[in-house]
Amino acid sequence: METKAFQKIYTKITQITKATCSLNAEGVGYEELASVNGRLAQVVKIQGENVTLQVFGGTEDIPTNAEVVFFGRPPTIKVGEDLAGRFFNAFGEPIDGGPEVEGEEREIGGPSVNPVRRMQPSELIATGIAGIDLNNTLVSGQKIPFFADPDQPYNQVMAMVALRAKADKIILGGMGLTNDDYLYYKNVFDNAGALDRIVSFVNTTEDPPVERLLVPDMALTAAEYFAVDKNESVLVLLTDMTLFADALSIVSNRMDQIPSKDSMPGSLYSDLAKIYEKAVQFPEGGSITIVAVTTLSGGDITHAIPDNTGYITEGQLFLRRDTDIGKVIVDPFRSLSRLKQLVIGKKTREDHPQVMNAAVRLNADAVNARTKLENGFDLTDYDERTLGFAKEYSRELLAIDVNIDVDAMLDTGWKLFGKYFEKAEVGIKEDMTKKYWPGKDD
Amino acid sequence: MKEKKLTKGKVRSIIANLVVVEADGPVSQNEICYVDKDGVKLMAEVIKVNGTQAFIQVFESTRGIRIGSDVEFTGSMLEVTLGPGVLSKNYDGLQHDLNKMEGVFLKSGDYTEPLDLEKEWEFEPVAKKGDTVVAGDWLGQVEENTMPHRIMVPFKFKGTYKVKSVVKKGTYKAKDTIAVLLDDKDKEVPVTMVQKWPVKIAITSFKNKPRPFKLMETGIRTIDTLNPIVEGGTGFIPGPFGSGKTVLQHAISKEAEADIVVIAACGERANEVVEIFTEFPELEDPRTGRKLMERTTIIANTSNMPVAAREASVYTAMTIAEYYRAMGLKILLLADSTSRWAQALREMSNRMEELPGPDAFPMDLPAIISNFYSRAGFVYLNNGKTGSITFIGTVSPAGGNLKEPVTESTKKAARCFYALSQNRADSKRYPAIDPIDSYSKYIEYPELQDYLKKHISEDWVEKVMEIKNHLIKGKEAYEQINILGDDGVPIDYHITFWKGEVIDFVILQQDAFDEVDRSSPIKRQKYMLDKVLEVYHTEFSFDSFEDVNPYFKKVINEFKQMNFSDFESDNFKKHEKELKKIIKERKVKEEEVAEQEESN
Ligand SMILES: Nc1ncnc2c1ncn2[C@@H]1O[C@H](COP(=O)(O)OP(=O)(O)O)[C@@H](O)[C@H]1O
Ligand SMILES: [Mg+2]
Repeated sequence: METKAFQKIYTKITQITKATCSLNAEGVGYEELASVNGRLAQVVKIQGENVTLQVFGGTEDIPTNAEVVFFGRPPTIKVGEDLAGRFFNAFGEPIDGGPEVEGEEREIGGPSVNPVRRMQPSELIATGIAGIDLNNTLVSGQKIPFFADPDQPYNQVMAMVALRAKADKIILGGMGLTNDDYLYYKNVFDNAGALDRIVSFVNTTEDPPVERLLVPDMALTAAEYFAVDKNESVLVLLTDMTLFADALSIVSNRMDQIPSKDSMPGSLYSDLAKIYEKAVQFPEGGSITIVAVTTLSGGDITHAIPDNTGYITEGQLFLRRDTDIGKVIVDPFRSLSRLKQLVIGKKTREDHPQVMNAAVRLNADAVNARTKLENGFDLTDYDERTLGFAKEYSRELLAIDVNIDVDAMLDTGWKLFGKYFEKAEVGIKEDMTKKYWPGKDD
Repeated sequence: MKEKKLTKGKVRSIIANLVVVEADGPVSQNEICYVDKDGVKLMAEVIKVNGTQAFIQVFESTRGIRIGSDVEFTGSMLEVTLGPGVLSKNYDGLQHDLNKMEGVFLKSGDYTEPLDLEKEWEFEPVAKKGDTVVAGDWLGQVEENTMPHRIMVPFKFKGTYKVKSVVKKGTYKAKDTIAVLLDDKDKEVPVTMVQKWPVKIAITSFKNKPRPFKLMETGIRTIDTLNPIVEGGTGFIPGPFGSGKTVLQHAISKEAEADIVVIAACGERANEVVEIFTEFPELEDPRTGRKLMERTTIIANTSNMPVAAREASVYTAMTIAEYYRAMGLKILLLADSTSRWAQALREMSNRMEELPGPDAFPMDLPAIISNFYSRAGFVYLNNGKTGSITFIGTVSPAGGNLKEPVTESTKKAARCFYALSQNRADSKRYPAIDPIDSYSKYIEYPELQDYLKKHISEDWVEKVMEIKNHLIKGKEAYEQINILGDDGVPIDYHITFWKGEVIDFVILQQDAFDEVDRSSPIKRQKYMLDKVLEVYHTEFSFDSFEDVNPYFKKVINEFKQMNFSDFESDNFKKHEKELKKIIKERKVKEEEVAEQEESN
């Protein structure tokens, strides 16, 4: 990063912690960028003369006489068509050996969209995965994370969703991505011939963790360029937001803030909301959709990170291994798409809401039956039927390797209802059963 | 009044949106000031004073503010502007009109006028020359979205005044003088249609506030029938994410029997407000046939908007509600979510390094919450008319655990508790209000009981108690079956359980997205409750427990078809008939019952 000739150089650091350092300086603006011995840093606190900097690369090795230069501006990124197909680090510097991007310089983490200028999302995003399209339909302009334990194949599912989503641009924000996963994404996109519509900002496990804090804002500022300036539909992938939140807690703990639940900063909700709320449908047709990953520890969604995330995002997709069928499924109970009602039965067939709900309800009965079985009780005929239903439902609809269109999903639903149940047991509105109930009975 | 010299100051320190200012004169707590950022003035509020240092929370991003930046104090607290035209507006938390702001993105310091000052109103005088008036008394009225909007003696006026003159019927702009009053020293005081009021202070220009006693219909069965809320009552909806808080609140805002609805979208999703913006101008008020937006004001401070304004947003909404209540109207005030407001307080308190209370929330959180809830209520105005604010807030407990400070503090303040259960939401039993944990204190009020007896039926309250009892019995039977196994319990247990399920599926569950089922008037609720009780009181005979489940599924199915059909329509009656037939199939004949009793 270039410095300007007239800039004053400070060489007297008064305090150093793991993630921050402080010094006396004048005329500094809040959230301004600086460099500390060449390492990028940002102003996080000013008390009179005393300025505290968060050093993204960590403070290892920083001496008290390190050279500190202030840039007079907050972090920025240069935006332009040339971003497409490129790979950058958290600071927006190329890591693919290509040239610097030419374009307009924009502050990252910019202002929010006026809520009255937003449009209501209404475009269905088809993924072919029935656990998503049937039960938790995605809509462009939505923000939704995968909740998954670290051993679940969330990066694979996310790459699959991204490629099938028909977005004009896909922006990958990688935080604490292993080098293998980074290369995996690169390969998948390359093989799909999609590299030219992908922009990546990547912080790998080899990079300092605090740098991750810049990744979502970098990715979303680029996304806003394509969605607002070019009216494109942009899909932003953020993985792994748990590691982003961990980096937040490192910084806030260094700044002696009182931690709230699970040692997370008290502002975690607002910090995450600022990122996720960048998802939007613009009136001119452009949109930003955010699909993220929040890794769980031992499936615990009450931990502060998934908990706050769930309160912010428009649903969550919960991945779990179903041992009955030996496959990873999108859990029908814990998963939710809050925007699905904007499209199901409207952009999809009329019976969609009813089929979806009935199947989930019958599946809940199967869970009860399974509990009975585990407690050593006899099963009723109905119990047996729900179990049979649940297994086929899991294999034919919930498994992440299913790839069919929504009508086929609905037909499969009706087929299974007819196979295992009476109409009254399914409890769907009469005008629907009349039309779709399989077989010839009345 | 003498021109006061306003205090000025300079920025001394910045941590996120907490800024410390060195002030050159007097500063008061909660005073509003503006921080100059390269020529743009950013609004802020004093939250603590220490010597000459004022601690202020800036209602905008503080990015770019510098040490030494100029600060101007205003001498007044955060105030809202009240006058005709507040209805149908979309405001931010500080009452700036969002529709007047230019561009797609919000700009810091873009503060727009809350009212349309150029608009002309048809004014009609109500007070006469010589009348003695006090704050809140009606001087005249204009028509706002076809509702009378009273022009009142400003709430800030202390003592009694004499009306010197009121303008004639005609068209006036909001800031035209519409009356001249004389104070106790015979000094003339002009009054316009616009007044200001500080949001943190309750408007109390009414005669008295009795205990509320009138049922407030929400159209939602599990509320109206089981745990009713009253006009002027308070309630809250805690629940983990995805359990249906927002959908429930939106349903209430659409269906409830209110003159005016004020919605504070406090720190939640922008798309949820967009849903209101999109739907309300189209949807009709089921009672008046007019568009919902005409009776609605929205205060939007969504989660990505400035955190410090979150707290202000709920107070702004409450003050607007109080203004309309003073006109003798029924206001429904909704806030989603009050936890976000509490979190905003926590962020600030932490930055000021105050001694933290439980879960790092400020120590005085319970007092702040109960003070806010106490501003709701049913009132008699000085002119004998009545008005009310019914307030329902949502609470978003961390990890869905109700043992946390916001839920616990709210429980002490609000009289209705609508607990949303994760289990019910998971099995799509919406609305997920737990019928056993939830309560309404009002149903114990003799005032309300009398009202229900008179307006619904003499035995209504007993029936409601009975239904609640059956739900508990159903749950107990379910637990026994789970412990002892299907065949380890008498068939009766299965029947009791399934009768409970009938209540659950028919009364408790309601499809918020179904054209018909979404709202159920109290007359229909009574009809269905009677029907369900009829089933409950019927003795059925089964040979095996295996027959119980499929049989009741059929019963439930017919009931549900009734819920999906227009009340008393042909379809409704068709399914009612079908239901009768099904009941007959297994009903124990009178003689058999007698025989059984004899043999016992
Ligand atoms: N009464 C209802 N009927 C049907 N679906 C509902 C109902 N209540 C909630 N839902 C479903 O649950 C989702 C989450 O509800 P929401 O009110 O947004 O939850 P919360 O505000 O508690 O996080 C909705 O998007 C909808 O799909
Ligand atoms: Mg909500």
